[in-house]
Amino acid sequence: MTTAISVQDLTKVYGDRSAVSHATFDVPMGAVCGFVGPNGSGKTTTIRMLLGLITPTGGTGSVLGESISHPERYLSRVGAMIEGPAFYPALSGEENLRVLASLGGFPQERVEKLLEKVGLEDRGRSKFKTYSLGMKQRLGIAAALLPEPRLLVLDEPTNGLDPSGIQEVRNLIKDLVADGTSVFVSSHLLSELEAIAEHIVMLREGKVLFSGQTRDLLRSQSAILVAKPEFAVDLSAFLSMLTKAGFEVTTDEGAARITADADLAPTINRMAFEGGITLSALTPIRPTLEETFFEMTGE
Amino acid sequence: MTMLHVINAELRKLRRPTLLYSTILVVVALTGLFTSIVFLRVESGRGEGRRGEAITIETLSQAQGLAFGFKLVAFFLGITALCVFASQTAQEYSLGTLRNLLVRQPARMKILAGKYVSMTIFAVALVLADAIVAVAISYGLAGHAKVNTTAWFTATALAILGKTFLNVLLATMAYGTLGMILGLLFRSPISAIATGVIWTLILENILSAVVSSTTKWLPGQNFTNISQGGSPDVSYQWSLIISVLYLASAFAVVAILFKRRDVAN
Repeated sequence: MTTAISVQDLTKVYGDRSAVSHATFDVPMGAVCGFVGPNGSGKTTTIRMLLGLITPTGGTGSVLGESISHPERYLSRVGAMIEGPAFYPALSGEENLRVLASLGGFPQERVEKLLEKVGLEDRGRSKFKTYSLGMKQRLGIAAALLPEPRLLVLDEPTNGLDPSGIQEVRNLIKDLVADGTSVFVSSHLLSELEAIAEHIVMLREGKVLFSGQTRDLLRSQSAILVAKPEFAVDLSAFLSMLTKAGFEVTTDEGAARITADADLAPTINRMAFEGGITLSALTPIRPTLEETFFEMTGE
Repeated sequence: MTMLHVINAELRKLRRPTLLYSTILVVVALTGLFTSIVFLRVESGRGEGRRGEAITIETLSQAQGLAFGFKLVAFFLGITALCVFASQTAQEYSLGTLRNLLVRQPARMKILAGKYVSMTIFAVALVLADAIVAVAISYGLAGHAKVNTTAWFTATALAILGKTFLNVLLATMAYGTLGMILGLLFRSPISAIATGVIWTLILENILSAVVSSTTKWLPGQNFTNISQGGSPDVSYQWSLIISVLYLASAFAVVAILFKRRDVAN
């Protein structure tokens, strides 16, 4: 088995609206796969179909090698936190975890270890309703880790966490992947995903825009060279020179942003020199995941 | 094995002190109040029984006197069970916790069955508390009310007590099942409890008083009739059969809904 999740033509229709439309993608084993898309793009619906909470209208899929029409065959090996943590407010964090541990038939000893792992060992006996958003999120992550999952599905796990909490989640995910766990994580913090996700699935209006390696996605985007003349008065002449040479150019804070690969930097530098313009900076930049996301989704 | 896991998980929720102790406290208080009234006002001549039936010292001195106070509070036990069953079922939707349960136990019918069994255990505890308090208060106040308790310690009295326990438990479970059905249907504790209580406590009693022929068809009236072991107007067997028919058909419908409905909240 090489894929943790594999879906083909997965579709969910509500009335005349397609929440997910013919989604096809694979999530490899033992890797972090980011799941991105604007609000309402169908991410949570897809996750719910993978977890057996929603019946697909069409298409097929498998999780850990088992068909999604039989979630009982794989859910004991899957940990999940969907659309924010939901627990019983009158029970303590610890008791909430014990309810889920009892339900899943997991050893109760894991509860205290997990509370410690997510930094809730001191507040485990407080009622859930007294928790801050960050603490609720940590408890949700602890609940997802109860089965010692081979696949962890996290929907916005860093919501409400402070920067150190976000870093802790990032490290936790890295540790889990190092131990062989596959992680499928949706997040709006694209810079975070770019740092940890080797694979990306991008959705828009229920359709898959991209599915594959993150580096392939970023490479597929046009590279940019940022060239800044030493003297601001030279900028317009430099721009017209580039335009005449056939480059696509925009300006940004006194610099020219040229759509060109890094290997064209010497050519542009020479062109400027021959035109009597000195460049104070010539920097190749790759679009970030966030920029790519905005470009692809048109947000 | 997985059913035991579900029952264990559900019992963890039900045994939380605020729910368990407050519910038992309400039951004990109501039982104490009703049983005390029966024994303290036995000679008032105004009749303190159901629908104004006269209760005399002679009635209470018979074998069924031991269980009199116990079955008197059955209706309130039923309403309590309705509220607990409805809230425990509907809150899974309103809190969004159903998705956690179904991820850990995707066999939805096992979740439903486990919930029902655990709430049945809770109902047994309530009825047991009711029985113990009612019998204790009855015995404690018998002397004051000049009730002769000799017949209370016969095999016949114990058989009546056992039968009353079973009937009160059946009625409590019937009300609880109605609560669970409403919880699954409305998916909101407030709506489920309000509908159940308004229907059984107010509308059914008005209907029954205005058009007496409807009594034998009203679910709540039949549940209460089971707890009383039948009445001159409606037999015990009729109430048992009609209650099972109502509850089984309604439960089948909501169970299918529970199994098939998308969990999208």
